[in-house]
Formats: sequence, structure tokens, C-alpha cells
Amino acid sequence: MDSFLQNLINGIGIGSIYALIALGYTMVYGILKLINFAHSDVFMVGAFMGYYGARIFSKLMHGSEVVEPGWPLFTLVLLFSVACCGLLGYLNERIAYRPLRNAPRIASLITAIGLSFLLEYGGQMVFGPDPKFFPQLLEKHQLQFLGTSITSHTVIVLVVALIFMGILQYIVYGTKFGRAMRAVSHNFETAALMGIPTDRVISITFVIGSMLAAVGGVLYGLSYSKIEPLMGIMLGLKAFVAAVLGGIGNVPGAVIGGLVIGIVESFAGASPLSTYKDAIAFVILILILLFRPSGIFGKYQAEKV
Amino acid sequence: MTVTAVLEAKGVSIRFGGLTAVCDFNLAIQPTELVGLIGPNGAGKTTVFNMLTGVYKPTEGEIRVSGVNTRTLKAFDITKLGAARTFQNIRVFKSLSLLDNVKIGGHIHYKYSWADSVLHSITFREHERQAEKEALELLSMFDLDHRAHDEAKSLPYGDQRRLEIARALAAKPKLLLLDEPAAGLNTGETTELMQQIRAIRDKFGIAVLLIEHNMELVMGICERILVLNYGKTIAHGRPEEIQRNPVVIEAYLGEAVEV
Amino acid sequence: MRNWLVRDLAGIAVISAVLVGISYFLGWIPIPGMAYYNRVIVTIGINIILAVSLNIINGHAGQFSMGHAGFMAVGAYTSAYLTYFHFQPFLATLAEGPGRFALQQALFLGALLAGGAAAGIAGWVVGLPSLRLRGDYLAIVTLGFGEIIRVLILNIDKIGGARGLSGVPAFANFFWVYFFVCIVIIVSWRLVRSQVGRAFLAVREDEIAAEAMGVNTTHYKVQAFVIGSFFAGIAGGLLGHYLVYLNPGMFQFTKSFEAIVMVVLGGMGSISGSVLAAVILTVALEGLRFVKEAFGLTSDPRMVIYAIVLILLMRLRPQGLLGNRELGDFFRRRKGGDR
Repeated sequence: MDSFLQNLINGIGIGSIYALIALGYTMVYGILKLINFAHSDVFMVGAFMGYYGARIFSKLMHGSEVVEPGWPLFTLVLLFSVACCGLLGYLNERIAYRPLRNAPRIASLITAIGLSFLLEYGGQMVFGPDPKFFPQLLEKHQLQFLGTSITSHTVIVLVVALIFMGILQYIVYGTKFGRAMRAVSHNFETAALMGIPTDRVISITFVIGSMLAAVGGVLYGLSYSKIEPLMGIMLGLKAFVAAVLGGIGNVPGAVIGGLVIGIVESFAGASPLSTYKDAIAFVILILILLFRPSGIFGKYQAEKV
Repeated sequence: MTVTAVLEAKGVSIRFGGLTAVCDFNLAIQPTELVGLIGPNGAGKTTVFNMLTGVYKPTEGEIRVSGVNTRTLKAFDITKLGAARTFQNIRVFKSLSLLDNVKIGGHIHYKYSWADSVLHSITFREHERQAEKEALELLSMFDLDHRAHDEAKSLPYGDQRRLEIARALAAKPKLLLLDEPAAGLNTGETTELMQQIRAIRDKFGIAVLLIEHNMELVMGICERILVLNYGKTIAHGRPEEIQRNPVVIEAYLGEAVEV
Repeated sequence: MRNWLVRDLAGIAVISAVLVGISYFLGWIPIPGMAYYNRVIVTIGINIILAVSLNIINGHAGQFSMGHAGFMAVGAYTSAYLTYFHFQPFLATLAEGPGRFALQQALFLGALLAGGAAAGIAGWVVGLPSLRLRGDYLAIVTLGFGEIIRVLILNIDKIGGARGLSGVPAFANFFWVYFFVCIVIIVSWRLVRSQVGRAFLAVREDEIAAEAMGVNTTHYKVQAFVIGSFFAGIAGGLLGHYLVYLNPGMFQFTKSFEAIVMVVLGGMGSISGSVLAAVILTVALEGLRFVKEAFGLTSDPRMVIYAIVLILLMRLRPQGLLGNRELGDFFRRRKGGDR
């Protein structure tokens, strides 16, 4: 049963990263009814900001670009990446999406696709197309757990991801801003009439989503160590599937969806079907959309005639 | 009865969640009848329409169009049975020409495949010739033929409503369902439209079910009127009877007081 | 009296004769580097087929498909499988001569049509369940299907898997590519001016009103999908037999994206717009190749340019170059003046 537990733990590891990305998709979709294709590339930028941040802070802290693992460095790098991506998310919304608020939906969708490619291939030009090795920000230990060995990184990924999801949950359901956000997502026009500054709410939603993606990016770098400019494409698509699986617009749903996809993939990867691993998320997507288009936790809404 | 009713609704109800939007709705329309369905705002008129045309499925009860139970049918199947409709909030095909709008209205009568279209077969040519002729006739009936090649969205509001009626007539229905055709029109246009509806009925010999918010308007042209309030049928009869019915008066006056 | 069929066959004969004439002429022009220009011209043709066929789905029927490369891959591999494993060995047993040449052309046409049919069937399988979905979900599902198809091909060892399939017979040429360019344009042109095409347009404009007019919207969406996929399959077959090589990496979703950019740039729903955009973008792409070399860039700038074009287009001219009109409409308008 060791391998069972091992696969489960690996699945939870990648699943929590899917979940962090899925949250950004689900929040933006909830408010703007837009699949923000560029979101997964913000995740990629987050990973690269972690990569460059680690060198910058190492240089500042002890005058050398050689990274010495440690919690202070990790925290600084994480915050740096989160700040950069928050800004990127803000700019994306402000420059690309806001001018199209009253345009047909298809225009926003195409812009999202365009923005996504701009970040991916712009990233190739700026960061270089070759994979980079993410520095070891924290020392890696092997832990014994119920007879299987897991790395400390897996635990850290899970804990950090949970902390940020908790913060998000609090923001959405426990603060005045969260209430405004839910109101905008429920009915855009009415919320505006009630005096909610919808543009600001949307901006902040993009910023929060992008920050979570940055956390995901740094954690991904930490546990998989190889990052490259196109890595957001596949991960992002799977994260989107996770958001749909959980019921799009639903915060806890996105987290559970992410974990489910991660775990299923992890088990598939260890089975004879391993070469089909990348297709599994899409098969799941198609099955959900056919049998339960509202996702696990969502509500189905018919179009009004 | 020897003649099949074009429309027959028996004990039709629909619930959305806990809310009963329409309760125990009964109506039979004979060929060439002109029936009005009236009621204050939110009485459930459009919901009834959406059930009759297959957009919603009733929770209870049975609807027959030309004698066929529509329970398992889709909206487009019901159109094929001979019921064509217009929409309260105009739904013309905005960026298509008037001519194409009306030709799509006749969709169910022009039967040829994609292969015929690609090869320009004889079937294709015959049907297309007929489609063109019929569409132009209908457009000229509504004085729209001189704009046949313009985009529908370039028409003024009232003309878009008339285009929608022309499009529905292209389906050669036995029953024409009009959802507030006079909404947004001024008094003069409304009177003209009502005369036109009556003329359509006489010319094509079809039945018409007309939803109207304003009671006065339908009195002049309908032979029979059904009044809905809060999803319930509160009166059903000839216009004179409806006009005198205290329950109806109260429903309308009551609404006026509330507003 | 099937004179319409006679007329169409005569039309095809004329088109073929003209294309043969042009291809001889192209082969005869004594410019240095003509082979290169030939290659660009063929690439333009393949892209026109892709753009015009995607326009049937995205522009006419209004269904946002992002899986065109997947259908292209199905067509490419199906036709290459037939020619590589069956037709080519068979032809090799025959003596050289006009008979073999004619047979080779016929078999190639058959292989292309089989590839198109396989892609069309794939389009049907994908379309039937997913076309009930709303626009943006459809986009993601078609994208997912495209990826599934690619992963499947990666796992079929017989056709090369991840290594790719090299040695695909070099059957495709200027003639065949532009023959199908003509076919796809005529088919799409005639379709949109028929009841079938009007049903596509009605679905795009307003599904609820279309259903109320007796249009079975799912049926027509699937039909548009199948026809579009068929031609994507043909384009794939032509590409494989022109490049003499196939690799699953050629059909990543960047390829679908290229086709989308062409359709959007040309104006969704405009056939001539798609053609125009395919020409402009392919030529621009070749230009960018020089830019890349001149500046010594390590990565290809074309996707960045595509992306910027798309974003700016949505800001400045979301209806594309021609909107939903055709080139001819503009001339007609100028002649007749506004009514």
C-alpha cells in the first residue's frame, strides 16, 4: 500500500498547485464570465519572478548570487513574486480587459487568448526559451510518514497553499470587500447601482487571483525545480478544468477540483496509462460538461427568454 | 368535435423552485380563432408562451399542438407542428438582411441538404426560387420590401417588430403566437398593427394567440380573451364579458394603485 | 437532365486546367530561389484552406472552436498512413509511365478525401456532445479535444509516435493545394448562400430565435463542425505530403491559434476576409523569419506579433478587416452608391 499513499501524496502536491491557479480562474469567471486564458501565464511569470528574486535577494543578503536555502529568503522571494504578479494582474485588467467591458464577450475571449500568447512568447524572448533550474530556496528533507517517505517540500507546498486559500476564503466570505465581490459576481448592473465601485472590485479580484498564481508559481518551482516560459499552457488548462469540475465561480469548489485532478493524474501516471496522463484532465472535463455542466458544487442557470 | 384544435393546454402548471409561476392553465384554440391573453405585469403571460412553444417544459399538465402532445418535443419540433412565435424583446437576426431573416422563417419548408447547396442541384434551385418569392411577398405585405437587402438592425423599432411577424408567417403556421407585439409602439402604430393582425388572420386563415399588457388594445380585435393574474386564470370569455368582470377590473385597478 | 452537374464538372475541369497551366508557368520562371517562393505560395494555400474552413465554424455558425489543429492532425496522419503504408509500396511495383502517374494522382486524391473524412468523423464525435455547451466552454473543450488527439497520436507507434513520420510521399504540389483552395472557397460560398448556411447564420445570431423558427440548432452546429473539420483534414493531408514529414508537435494548439488569428483578422464570417488574412499573415510570417535572423533572436517573434495583432485588433477593429462582408460588397457599394 506504500505506492498508494505515495501517489496520493504526490497528487495532493500537484493538486494544491492546480487549486491555487484554479482559484484565479474561478474568481474572474465568477465576476466577468470570462475565461482569463492569460491567468496561467501569470503563474509562469510568478515562477520566473521567484527565480530572479532568489538571485537578487541572495546578492543583497550575502553579496553572492549563490542561493543559500533558508526561511527568510523563501519568504522574501515569495512576497516579491506575489507583488510582481499582483501588479501584472492589475495591468492586464486595466490595459487589456477594461476597455472591452462593453464589447461583445467574444472580443474579451480573443483578447485573453492574445494576452496569454503575448506572455508566453514574450516570456520566451525575455527569459529565454530554455528551461531554467529553480534554486533550492529551502533545504529538502525526507520525512517518514505512515511507512512512505515524503519530502519536506511536499508538506511545505501543501501548508503554504492552505494558508493562502484560508486567507482567500476569509476575504471572500468575511470582509466587506468580499461581499462587494460576491454582489458584483451575482449581478453586475445592480451592484453598480447599489454604489459598489465595480471597476475597483474587478481590479482587486484580478490582483488577488494573480497573487495566488504567483504563490503557485513559486511553490511549483520549489517542488519541481524546472521552469520554462510555456509551462503555464498545460498547467493552466488543467487548472481551468479543476475550476469547472468544482463548479465555476465557487471558491472551495476550485480547491477540491484541483486536488481531484492532481490525485487522478498522479494515479494515472503510475499506471500503464501513464503516457496518456496529459489527456486525462480533458477527458474529465468533457465528462463533467456532458453529465453535470454546473460542476460538483455549482448551480446550473438557464438562459432567460 | 370534428376539427382538431390547433392548440390545447390542459391543467398546465410550472414551478421554478418553490414558486408556482403558472397554475392550472387551460386553453383550447380552434383554427382561425383570434384569442387574447392579457394580465398585469408579471402575471405569467410570457411563461405560458414559453411553455406553449417548448422553451420551458411544464411541471404538470399536457399541451397539444395540432393534436400532438409536445411533452418530449423541442422548440423546433413544435414549430414544425405549426406554431410560430415572436418575442417580447425583439429577436430578429440583427446582422442579417431582412430577406434572409424571412427566409430563415421558412426554414422548415425548404428541405434540401448541404450536398444540394454545394452542388446547386435542381432541388436547391426550386426551393431557393420559392424562398425568394415567398420572402419578398411577405416583406411587401409589411411594406418592407424596398429594404429587403438591408441589415435588420438598421430598421426602426416598429419595423423590427413587423419583420419578426413576417418571419414567423414564413413558417406558414396554423397558429401564430405574438408576444406583446405592440410593446414600445405609439398609439397610432398600435392601432395600425392591431388592424394588420386581424387582416393577417383573415388572409391566411390561421389562429392567432396574442399576449398584451394593455387590455383596451385587445378588446377591439380578439374574439375571446383569457386573463391571467399571479399565474392563475381569473377570467375567460368574450371581450364584453371580460370588460364587465369585477375580478378583472380589480386586478388591473389593484395593480394601478400599487404602482 | 442533370445539366447542373455537367456545368460543375466543366467548372472543375477549367479550374484544373488553369492550375496546371500556372504550375507549369511557376516551374518555368527562371528566378533564383524560385523553390523558396513556391514553398511560400503553397504554405499560403494551405493556410487559406485552414482559415476558410475554420471560418465556417467560427464565423458562419458562430461556434468558437480552438481545436482546428487536432482535426488537421487526424487528416494528415490518416492520409499519410494510406499513402506511406499502402499506396506508395503498391505504386512502386508498377512500371513508370503516364498510367502510374494518373493512378498516383487518383490514389492521392483518395487519400486526401479519406483524411478529410476521418477528420470529419472526428469533428462529429467531438461536436455532437460538446456543441450543446455555451461559447467559452466550447472553446476550452475543443482545445482539450485537440490535445487529446495529439496525445493519442504520440502514443501510436506505428505512425511514428513522438519521433514523427518521415518519408511521407511527396505527392502534394501547387496544383493539389490550390485545387482544394478553390473547392473550399466554392463550397463555403455556396453553403452560406443556401438554407443550410442561413441556418448557420441564424444559430450565430440568436439560438433561441433560430429554434423558434424550426432550426435544429445542434444539428446545424454539428454540420458546420463536420464540414470545417473535413477541410482541416484535407489541409493536414496536403501539409504532410508537401513537407514529406509529420510530427505531433506540428499540430499543437499554436497551430489552431494561427487559424483563429486569420479568421478574426479577416473578419469573422467573411470568406474573402479569411483568404486575405491568410495571405497577409503567411507573407508577414516569412518577413518575420528575416527579422529573426537579422536581429539574431533565439526565439521566434511571430507568436508575439500574432498576439499583439490580436489584442490591438480587438481594441481598434474588433470586426476584423472586412467585418462580415465580402470583398465584392465593397465594390458593389461604391458603384451603386448608398441607397
